[in-house]
Amino acid sequence: MRIYVPRDSAAKALGAEEVVAAVRAEALRRGLEVTVVRNGSRGMVWLEPLLEVDSEAGRIAFGPVGPGDVAGLFDAGFGSHAKALGPTEDLPWMKAQTRLTFARCGVIDPLSLDDFQAHGGLAGLRRALGMTPDAIVAEVTDSGLRGRGGAGFPTGIKWKTVAGATADRKYIVCNADEGDSGTFADRMIMEGDPFTLIEGMVIAGLGVGADKGFIYSRSEYPDANAVLAEAIRLARAFGLLGASVLGLGPAFDIELRIGAGAYVCGEETALLNSLEGKRGVVRAKPPLPALEGFMGKPTVVNNVISLATVPVILERGASFYRDFGLGRSRGTIPLQIAGNVRRGGLFETAFGMSLGAIVDDLAGGTATGRPVKAVQVGGPLGAYFPRALFDTPFGYEEYAQKGGLIGHAGIVVFDDSADMLAQARFAMEFCAIESCGKCTPCRIGAVRGVETVDRIARGDAAAIPLLTDLCETMKAGSLCALGGFTPYPVMSALTHFPDDFHRSAKEAAE
Amino acid sequence: MMPGIADSAEQIGEILRAHDGLEGPLIPVLHAVQAAFGYIPGDALPLIAQHLNVSRAEVHGVISFYHDFREEPAGRHILKLCRAEACQAMGADRVAAHARDALGIGWHQTTPDGSVTLEPVFCLGLCACAPAALVDGRVLGRVDEARLDALIAEVRP
Ligand SMILES: Cc1cc2nc3c(=O)[nH]c(=O)nc-3n(C[C@H](O)[C@H](O)[C@H](O)COP(=O)(O)O)c2cc1C
Ligand code: SF4
Ligand code: FES
Ligand code: FES
Repeated sequence: MRIYVPRDSAAKALGAEEVVAAVRAEALRRGLEVTVVRNGSRGMVWLEPLLEVDSEAGRIAFGPVGPGDVAGLFDAGFGSHAKALGPTEDLPWMKAQTRLTFARCGVIDPLSLDDFQAHGGLAGLRRALGMTPDAIVAEVTDSGLRGRGGAGFPTGIKWKTVAGATADRKYIVCNADEGDSGTFADRMIMEGDPFTLIEGMVIAGLGVGADKGFIYSRSEYPDANAVLAEAIRLARAFGLLGASVLGLGPAFDIELRIGAGAYVCGEETALLNSLEGKRGVVRAKPPLPALEGFMGKPTVVNNVISLATVPVILERGASFYRDFGLGRSRGTIPLQIAGNVRRGGLFETAFGMSLGAIVDDLAGGTATGRPVKAVQVGGPLGAYFPRALFDTPFGYEEYAQKGGLIGHAGIVVFDDSADMLAQARFAMEFCAIESCGKCTPCRIGAVRGVETVDRIARGDAAAIPLLTDLCETMKAGSLCALGGFTPYPVMSALTHFPDDFHRSAKEAAE
Repeated sequence: MMPGIADSAEQIGEILRAHDGLEGPLIPVLHAVQAAFGYIPGDALPLIAQHLNVSRAEVHGVISFYHDFREEPAGRHILKLCRAEACQAMGADRVAAHARDALGIGWHQTTPDGSVTLEPVFCLGLCACAPAALVDGRVLGRVDEARLDALIAEVRP
């Protein structure tokens, strides 16, 4: 008998290890032969730990399972039980998705190359090995894939720049510094299907002529880092990495590096400085990292999801991927639904879903049962959306038009107890804490921003235009998006929730 | 020289040699030193600087830039509480205030008995089961006051 209990850190955070211990103890007590597979997460975090068993009708799910449920599940023969959910694939959350990047996540044993290949793994790379580098890059360009790390730059065009550069060494750097609040897609794929990321990096190496890759992950992700380290070791032993990719291609190897708790190191040039062993200070562009990146050499810097989506594009073809989506946002996006929600987790779907459908239908409203007040999309530099903007379809341009950004597709829901002045203050405080210090509007502006919000909180309404001016200065005068985009959460809070700013003025006056 | 210092110099030398050949080895070296000692001892700076052929000021600049690196020992347990938005939406501020009260310390401080150091963290990728915490590298979700009290009792017998 096979029992699946995720090793994903959200499942662990909700007690998966205790469930596994209970399963093993119960199997031993009953003298049953049980194999426990530690899969990734299916992304239904509200049902974690989600336990699955194999059956003739496919995998059957139970959740959320606590250690106390385990004996009862054995008694019921993993049939009828209060925690029974039916076949996993038939659950509405699963059925409504288009899982391309996350097709294997939660399904396979993340550290089994056999499982990986049995579910389509390496098909994209095998096809790429028969193509010219130009054709690989063209395939990625034609797919319409844009960077999933936030800026949305076309991945194929970036690759083309690196491919066209002449140098003795080129690098592929995977940006796994996923620092945005509300995001966990990178973590989930690294824990649930790390070979997909490795495969994507190898294909990138073939496309641009690089033989060395780095994954820059974060110290806040100890579980993901352990899975990645083991996956790289297994990939080397298998010959996927090493002197000749699968014995058919050129050399490619990957080194895992761990950051040290600086949000700004997610910015690509700060990341490169950090990789080189320096302070994570942002570099001025130009030069583009594509031409002068790691150690001054041409470097592809791509987000985890951008790279992990490359295999399916190579496997199924550019037009298959491009046919999903809306406007200039092609393909699928793993929405990460978080914060105060009834159903939180990862939902991969074609671009275009409205924010209202995401928050009201998918997430089912708030966990507290109170009305939704605001939704922050795109991490700490993303705007707060009020219900009035819930018709916004999910896409890069569509969000920009509404004064926001999709960023890494994190969606954080707040109920009506949220104080938007406090959220604006936090945005400034975060910028002040994480500023790399290179430019004054960010380094000093964010500190002034906190002080200005505090003045507003004390009832000084005259400080409101000062806050607006300060945001303009930060927007215009910052070198990177930390200082440049902190005005998004601040100004959206002020614009869409003015009562929270004036109310404090009134309250203080009374 | 005290015997302890000679021992640690030996250990730091081993760490440095183990990282020879890496491109840009400083961050991995600092992580390894901190993993071995619990912090970056001041004595380590000249050794690292000399081995990597950079100035001491440069090494110090790097150590002070990154939130993870500490120049003083931490408590026996490190409790990291997420302070970021998704956790805020689920009451992280309240839980953090409770932690500071229960431990009688502020952020970045260690309890007088040396048992717990309290650190803020900005997102653990557990935003769909917020508020989140990391205790000595172990992840915890949906952390409320009761769960926190149980945890503190566990690490502070
Ligand atoms: C302050 C700041 C933080 C960032 N953090 C991340 C991050 O954690 N992960 C990421 O992939 N990109 C992040 N980015 C975007 C990167 O600079 C860069 O655009 C991205 O890694 C490029 O990869 P992509 O084209 O595949 O998205 C950040 C940018 C800024 C300004
Ligand atoms: S905006 Fe802030 S984080 Fe970005 S380069 Fe300037 S000081 Fe550094
Ligand atoms: S991320 Fe584009 S300029 Fe800073
Ligand atoms: S915001 Fe707290 S874990 Fe992501």
